[in-house]
Amino acid sequence: MTIDWTSFTPGPASAGGIILGIAAALYVLINGRILGISGILGGLIAPKRTDWLWRASFVLGLLTAPLWGKYVFQMNTTAIIDADYLTLIIAGLLVGFGARYGSGCTSGHGICGLSRLSPRSLLATLTFMGCGFLVVYLVRHWI
Amino acid sequence: MGQNQSFFSNGSEYLIGVLFGLGLMISGMTNPAKILAFLDLAGNWDPSLIFVMGGAVLIGLVAFYLAKKRTQSFLGGAMHIPTRRDIDRPLVVGSAMFGVGWGLAGFCPGPALVSLGSGEMKALIFVIAMVAGMWLFEQTQKKSV
Repeated sequence: MTIDWTSFTPGPASAGGIILGIAAALYVLINGRILGISGILGGLIAPKRTDWLWRASFVLGLLTAPLWGKYVFQMNTTAIIDADYLTLIIAGLLVGFGARYGSGCTSGHGICGLSRLSPRSLLATLTFMGCGFLVVYLVRHWI
Repeated sequence: MGQNQSFFSNGSEYLIGVLFGLGLMISGMTNPAKILAFLDLAGNWDPSLIFVMGGAVLIGLVAFYLAKKRTQSFLGGAMHIPTRRDIDRPLVVGSAMFGVGWGLAGFCPGPALVSLGSGEMKALIFVIAMVAGMWLFEQTQKKSV
């Protein structure tokens, strides 16, 4: 293992992480719910009359965050997406189905679940990280 | 829920969504190349994601400690904090599928939605497939009930 010191950004990573934690904190204290993105979005597939509006409001917040970042906070972000279309489609299907089947994703299990010391979320997080490590190893160093 | 309460509730949903999105952008997690560099233990490893999780969980530990003691939210609604502690097959199989997809593209649901919002064509493709995956899951639920 070699650490990529030029790409490693502990400062912004910690600052961004603290903001994610504050968002999850506000969410559970104000709205009484877990900030889990796959759960919030997944509930919009078969929405109920009483819950579509709050779900859509949250998703709209995520979708418009780059506008706030660009025009209000003068942020510059880069995204390098190497995956081709076929890979993106397969990955998207797996991420969408898997997150709903496994009751959560990086936010619900990873951030909120670990924060609530949930054994289910710990196992889920170890499982998806382990599989992520394995897949990247196979793709980059095996095939 | 009264009209005022509904306004504050949905307003807070939106603003917390924006805040979470900004957190993802600042932390670098909206860049799939950075996620994949974290997952690439055998290559040039970028440990940044550990610091993102560490910072978030540090705040989260305090928040959920406080939240568990409450019987209602600040807005007066019920608290919906999961109570399940059992380990079952769907949890492990679903998380494994999620991890494989995450490792293939470097996108998970939050960053994918934020990237879609910044106009990335590839994020749009991913999000459509992700929503299709969620839809497929809903179909399997209907059959088993």
